[in-house]
Order: sequence, then structure tokens, then C-alpha cells
Amino acid sequence: MADVVTPPPLHGPTSKEKKYDRQLRLWAASGQAALEEAHILLINSGTGTVGVEALKNLVLPGIGNFTILDSATVTEADLGVNFFLEDTSLGKFRAGECCKYLQELNPDVKGNFISEPLETFVAKPNVLQPFTHILITAPIALEILEKISNDARFQSRPVFYVHCVGFYAQLSLQLPDAFPIVDTHPDPEKMTDLRILWPFRELREFAARKTKDLGSMNDHDHGHVPYVLLLLHYLSIWKSQHNGRPPQNYKEKTEFRELVRSGTRRDNPEGGEENFDEAVGAVLKSLNLSEPSSAIKEIFDSAECCINEVQRTNFWIITRAVKTFHQQHGSLPLPGSLPDMKAQSKDYIELQNVYKAKARKDVAEVLSHARKLEKGVERLPPADPEISEKEVEAFCKNAGFIKLIRGRPLKILKPKEMLKWGRSAKSASNALTNPDSLMPLHLAFLAYDSFSAAHAPDGHIATPQAPGASDFETDAQKMTGIVETLIDDLLRQARKFIEDPEYSEIKDSTAKIAQEMTRAGGAELHNIASLTGGIVAQEVIKVITKQYVPVDNVCLVDGVQSKTSVLKL
Amino acid sequence: MVAAVATPPVLNDVSQDRARWKYLDNILTRRGPFTDEQCNPGPDLIETLSKAKVLVIGAGGLGCEILKNLALSGFKDIHVIDMDTIDVSNLNRQFLFRAADVGKPKASVAAAFVERRVKGVSITSHCGKIQDMDEEYYKQFQVVICGLDSIEARRWINATLVGMVDMDDPDSLKPMVDGGTEGFKGQARVIFPSMTSCFECQLDMHAPRAAVPLCTLATIPRQPQHCIEWAHIIAWEAERKEDILDTDDPAHITWLYEKANARAAEFGIAGVTYSMTQGVVKNIIPAIASTNAIIAAACCNEAFKIVTNGIASYMGLENNYMMYTGDGDSGVYTYTFLHEKKDDCPVCGNLARNMEINSELTLEEFIEGLAERPEAQLKKPTIRTEEKSLYYQAPPALEEQTRPNLKRKIKELLEDGEEIAVSDPAFQIDFKFKMVFSS
Ligand SMILES: [Zn+2]
Repeated sequence: MADVVTPPPLHGPTSKEKKYDRQLRLWAASGQAALEEAHILLINSGTGTVGVEALKNLVLPGIGNFTILDSATVTEADLGVNFFLEDTSLGKFRAGECCKYLQELNPDVKGNFISEPLETFVAKPNVLQPFTHILITAPIALEILEKISNDARFQSRPVFYVHCVGFYAQLSLQLPDAFPIVDTHPDPEKMTDLRILWPFRELREFAARKTKDLGSMNDHDHGHVPYVLLLLHYLSIWKSQHNGRPPQNYKEKTEFRELVRSGTRRDNPEGGEENFDEAVGAVLKSLNLSEPSSAIKEIFDSAECCINEVQRTNFWIITRAVKTFHQQHGSLPLPGSLPDMKAQSKDYIELQNVYKAKARKDVAEVLSHARKLEKGVERLPPADPEISEKEVEAFCKNAGFIKLIRGRPLKILKPKEMLKWGRSAKSASNALTNPDSLMPLHLAFLAYDSFSAAHAPDGHIATPQAPGASDFETDAQKMTGIVETLIDDLLRQARKFIEDPEYSEIKDSTAKIAQEMTRAGGAELHNIASLTGGIVAQEVIKVITKQYVPVDNVCLVDGVQSKTSVLKL
Repeated sequence: MVAAVATPPVLNDVSQDRARWKYLDNILTRRGPFTDEQCNPGPDLIETLSKAKVLVIGAGGLGCEILKNLALSGFKDIHVIDMDTIDVSNLNRQFLFRAADVGKPKASVAAAFVERRVKGVSITSHCGKIQDMDEEYYKQFQVVICGLDSIEARRWINATLVGMVDMDDPDSLKPMVDGGTEGFKGQARVIFPSMTSCFECQLDMHAPRAAVPLCTLATIPRQPQHCIEWAHIIAWEAERKEDILDTDDPAHITWLYEKANARAAEFGIAGVTYSMTQGVVKNIIPAIASTNAIIAAACCNEAFKIVTNGIASYMGLENNYMMYTGDGDSGVYTYTFLHEKKDDCPVCGNLARNMEINSELTLEEFIEGLAERPEAQLKKPTIRTEEKSLYYQAPPALEEQTRPNLKRKIKELLEDGEEIAVSDPAFQIDFKFKMVFSS
């Protein structure tokens, strides 16, 4: 047995591994490498804190490069809200000063800044080219926002658009049209796929061999038969008594559970057996067919995965290969992991190897499908590298949990225009009547942008004027007017009619949020900027590393109620 | 009561130019739709905030963020206490520390940094244990914010603050705001000692990981972690008894790693790594800057709303607990709810807590289990009933005298439904349990 495992050579941690130890445990070396490859552009505006706080949380874990674009100079008021400035920064470019103090946090990160006005910067061709991810803080001119949003969509650059005003914040994600995540890090318990109901040949044979003398085993051996094998053993007994059928429904499953329980030996000093307890406890959750989820089926059915379509990225090639595997076997590739259970070391390792061997076999099969598909595919630049076995292995391990996000363009409400909700109308109007959703806050932010754009000083479209900056009462009324119109427009587009008193209640509560937002006068509260900067950084990290599931596509933060909510718009 | 509180050095700041606080003052001088009636926005409120004395416990990942946030929220008189020194693995998130600070005390380095950056803020640091400070010390603060990773320290401060409450003196009630993180997840909570659910009431939210039975480690390992625990618990004791294991010493970790690796090879178990060895032995919890930022800011936002008397509604009486999840199916998920106070809470309740127990167990087995039971988590319990001493950890004479009880069964020592009092050197209070026999 010992020759199976070659002890790895001793490799103490490098200084980088020491510094990043606590995060490598979350996203591993592959995630760290992706972070180090990234170059994030922060387009900073307004009171300018939330974006800088987000950068802090990206510089610390070691993002490769960041660039701050901001033409503002540091004022006294900046020093009361932004931690990455000092008294000596007064009058200097905010971009340069923040860059300097952020850079101090991590010598491995390269910081840059641009103090050119946004209008002239975006007017140049291909300005987004050097950056992998774009973070924009509101308020900016909506024409410019629209242009960046369109360019970024065309170039498949993810955009993060953030508002932070008083006790409120909002993060909107614009991901590429198809953004797949393979390594979603599901709960390990959910990933366990033991194939009890439909054991593969090797597992069936192994179980039969290991349990054939169950009755005559001594107490020690009997108490150490892995529960998976116990379940398989009693299942074959059950089937022989039920015309070859496994337990079908809850009632039969509980009967089956009693059958398993009845096998427990109780005439021992412990008065029972732990492995049988484990088997009994696992009956209800293990006796299910491992059907792919509806989300996975949806991915299989998508146009990119269609037989008549040529798959051009590794993700789609492997997905199509897995789809073929599923069509042939009726199941997804086996993940191959086995939870810990009461057992002798040798039996457990043997059983583990049965699962691992099957998983490797499935990987090989998927890989051969993928190789066939890959042949002759003319890939569009930037082309993925040739598919590796490791990539297929990682895919197969997570096949039941891959996620595909369909990025949607940012919703932008320009002054005097009506927002077209399109296919989001229904979900948006439903969210409006759901007291747990923060939809009214989203409407208030749309109104905030519209108000700011309408009140921009002439000729300075890049420096919009926030509601409440000078006249709180008047601006609050104007904001209330805008959100009320937004509610009516949304309901009309969704063809939804809400009766009083609910209708008035929705209008009142939305108006209150618009007033609270106006109270801040466009200013950030440091706490909310810092909290939101944390959320933004988490989402940026997830998108860069392509690990964990990012927000799809708007996340709202309410610092009055200490709540967040995610909306798909 | 402490009357002679040192005058904060920044009192007259209020009358000074508020240009720097222009943004904050938009909120502090305007009444919003969610402002409490008790709160009066304006110059008085600004003064209240700058006079408030606040205590930050912990100057680590959460603490660094908390100090920065408070300094930029109008607080001027901040105190911080932490016993730790700076380690290189702190640098990926504890942003007030640089490589050159490794080895220095966290509290003083963090305090000096924030004072330098944010002019006009006073931060008093204390490098030491919270258990070394007495009630007089804690009485001087208006609110206590905890950014600790140790459950034990949080239980201690919680019990202290609950114990300080004097019903005749409203000033004796110190709101406690507590934050904790693990990877992409975290929680922020507000406790009004004696009025709302306390940390101890909520202890089962932090159930300890089940320990692997010793016999598995000794005879039938199956996982790489089993081999590491074997090296940690059994091999070290057997082969290097004379050395004290220092989990921060790379040579010690390397020794454990090699032992674990050899054992894993012997049993055909794959997957032991140096990093895993370190993780298991030191019980490392993943930590990142962004989660700390979220939780610390959520805590400071509550403290800000509380100290301003409700500049906007705060957590406490209605909702008092926010759970944050950044690694779930929907990307970001928070659950903000009311955790109810428990009448049988050993700290803030007055009833003994029911504890179901198999009366066939020996007292020794029961004691071992206490460390793991989510509602107890006591590692060195001394146990007695109204009439008799069941087991004393110390002094040695009493330990020796009560030791024979360890081998006796619970049913021989106690009646079904009898109350026991458990004390533990980590806490200054007795935990009362009513023992209910399950068999
Ligand atoms: Zn309590």
C-alpha cells in the first residue's frame, strides 16, 4: 500500500506563501496567480472614498496593478472621509496621493495614476485596452458611463459601478455576455455523490465482496464496515424483496431505514454501532438519483453548447463534452470524493480508490470527447490554450455546480428619458412589492443619477451635482418626484396594477429612502464607504479568480436597516 | 462610578473650523426620515460624538479597520487594547502594519498610525490582556466594540459587561458591538447587556468543530488530518515530551509534518502538506481584508448610530444580529434578525440551562464532552452540586480528593434533574445546568 503515496519533498512555505497564507486557503495558488495578472482601473469621482477603500482590499491580497483615474485635487473635506490622504496632500492631485498611500500597503503591487479629466481620457481610442477590470464610482456623466459600458461590453471587460451616498450604497456588475464559473466552491457536503441508488459496476462488486460475510463477521469487523457499503448491502436485500426496485418514496425510505437499523448489533459494550448509526442517518439524503440541476440543464441547452454550433472556448468545448457524457450515461462525471466515515484505514482507502478510479475513468472519457471537438476548431483571439487534463479534471469534479452568468448592460436613467426595463420589468416590479427586497433603494439611486446629470453645471458634464448638496428640502422634493415617476413607469411596463393602500405605502417608503439619500448631499459616510468597499473587493476577487459566485447583477446596501439585497435586473 | 475622567485633549475642536468634517456634518446636522426623536442633529450632537469615550478590543484584522472607521466617523477619544504582537501572516489584511513592524505590539503601532493619519483624534493604546483590567476601567467607556477572534475572550468581556449592569444606574449599561469573520463570511451584533440577548445566549452560533476520536487517530486513520492530529497529540507527547510545542516555530511544524507524512505513507493516505499541517495544528481560520472591512464597518456603523442616539435607526432591540455570507449561491447574502434572550442563559438569565445527558457516562467522559457541547464549550471545568464537590481542577489536594469520582457513572453521582454548577478558570462566573437523563 505504501508505494501508492510518494511523500512530497519537504517544501517549507516561501515568504509569499507566509504573507498570503490566510487567503491562499480560500482561493489557492491559481486564484492568487489570477489576482497578480489583473490590472484594475478605478475611475474615481465625487467624494472619492468607496473606490479607494475597495482598492485597499485588493492591494492587500496582492492584485498585480491598479490605476486611479481622478482629476480632482485634495480638499480639506477629503481628509475627513478618505484614509489614504494626509495633511500634506492638500491641493495635490487626489489620484496621485491615494496611489502613493495605497501602494505603501504592499510592495508587490504596482500602482499608477492618471489625473487627466475623464472626458478627454475616454475620447481617445482604445483607452480601456490595458485594463482587465473597470471600477467606476458615481456620479459620473451618464453619456460617459454609457460609452464605457458599451466599450467594455464589446471588449468583454467586467465593469463594477458603485454608488455610495450617506447610509446607502449600490454595486452594479456588468459581466460579459457569458461568464462561466467552474470552481464555485459549493458546500463539500452538497458535492458528495455516492451513487448508492445506481452504483457503477466496480462499486457494486466491491460492496458485494466486502459484505458477503456480514452476518458471520466478528464484532470489531462488523462495527467497522463503511456505511456506504452497508447501504449498498441492505439495498440489494431490499431490491430482492421488491421486484428489483429501490425504495421509491418517503414511506419506503423510512421502511428501508428501519431495515438498516435492524442490522445493528447491540449486544456489545457500547450498546450499538457507530457505522450503522451513520448508515441510518445517511439514508434519506443518499437515496436520491444524482440528476443534474435545472441550472446545469439550462447550460447544456444554451446556444453555445448546441450540436450545430462550433465551440470556441475551452469552457464550451468541455461543457459540450460533459453534455455528451451525460447523454450516453445518464449521469454527470463522478466527482470522486468520499466523506470520512467510521472504517478501518485499509477498507476506507480501498473504497476511496474505487471512487477515485471511476472519477479518473470519467475524466478520460470526457477528455477524449473534448479532444475530438477541439480538433479543427478555429479559435478567435484571445484564444484559450489547448485543453489540459487538469482542466477537464477540475471541470468534472465541479460539473454539478458550474455556474453561467449572462451579463447584462448597466441600467442608466438619463434626465427626461424613460427607463426601458425590458425583460427585467417583471422581476423588478415583483421586487417592489417584496418587503425584504431593497428595490426602492435601487430606484432612488437611478433617480440620484438622473438628478445629478440634470443639475450638472454648464459645460462640465463630468462633474454632476448631487441632490442635497446645498438645498436639502427642495432637492428632496425633486428626488421624490423622480422616484414616483419611476415607480409608475415600471408598473406600466410590467403591466402590473397595485391597489391602495399597498400602492401608497410603496410610494411613501420609496420617498423616505430618496429623502434619506438626499440628506447626505452626495457625501459618503466613511463606515458605509468602507463596508461597500469590502463588498466590491469581494466581488472583484471572485470575478478575477473565476472562483465563487459573484452577484448577478445589483447588490444594495442599507446601512439604516443593516441589510443587503441582491436584484437581477 | 468614575467621576474623574481625564478631559479629552480635543474638546474645543467643535468650535473650530469644521471644513474637514463637511461630509459627516451633512448627516450630523440634518434630520432624516429614520432619525430617532431622541436625537437632535446639530452642534450638540457633534460635541456628544467627539466627547464619547469608546473602547476597541482587538487591534488585528477587524481592529485596524475599526480604529480607522471610528477616527473618520467623528469619534475623538478612542482606546484600544490587544495583547498580540505583529506576525508576517497579518500583513495581507492588517493594513496599519508594515513588514518593519513585525514583532512589535499591535495596539501601540495601530494607535500611532491612525493618530498620525487623522489629525485631532486621540487613541490610547494598552498592550495587554482584557482580563487584567477591572470594572473601573470598563466603566469609563460609552460603548465597547470587539474585533476578536477568540470566543473565550468574547465570552469573558460579555460576562463582565453583563455583570456590571446596575439597574439603578443607567450609565452602568455599556452597549457591546461585536464582529467576527471566517473567510468570506462574518457577523455583526449589538448587545445591550441584561436587556437583549447576550454573547452567551448566542454561543450555539459558534459550535466547535467535532474532535476526531482518539482511537481513530491512534489505530485507524483515514484522512490526512487524522495523521496530522496523531503527530500533534500522540507522537509529540511520546517522542518530544520534554519540549514545549511552539506552533509558531517552523522547526516544530516541520517535525510534525514529517511525522504525519510518514504515517500517511504507512496507511496509504494521500494529501498531507505543510500548509495543512500548520492549518490543523494552529486551527487556522482563513481571513481576508475585504471581509474584515465589511464586518468592522458594520460594527462601527452601529456604534455611530448608538452614540448619536439614533441619527438613524440602530440594531439592538428589534434586530440585533447580522449574518453576512459572501460565498453563497447568490453572491452576497445577509440575514438580519432578532436573536432572543434566553432565560436559561448562564450569564444574563436566571434559570439553570437543561442539559441532556446519558447517565451511563462516567464523570470523566462527561467532562471531556463539555468542551465540545455547543452550549457549554468549557475546557477546564470544576463541577459541584449544592451539597457535594464532584471534581475540582485545583488546588492539587482537592483535585486528588475528587479524582476518584472521574471513574464513576453520572447516575451514581447525580439524580435526574439535579442542578450542577460548573466553573472554569477562563470565566469569572458559574454556569448552572440542570442535568436531564436521556437514558
Ligand atoms: Zn445571555
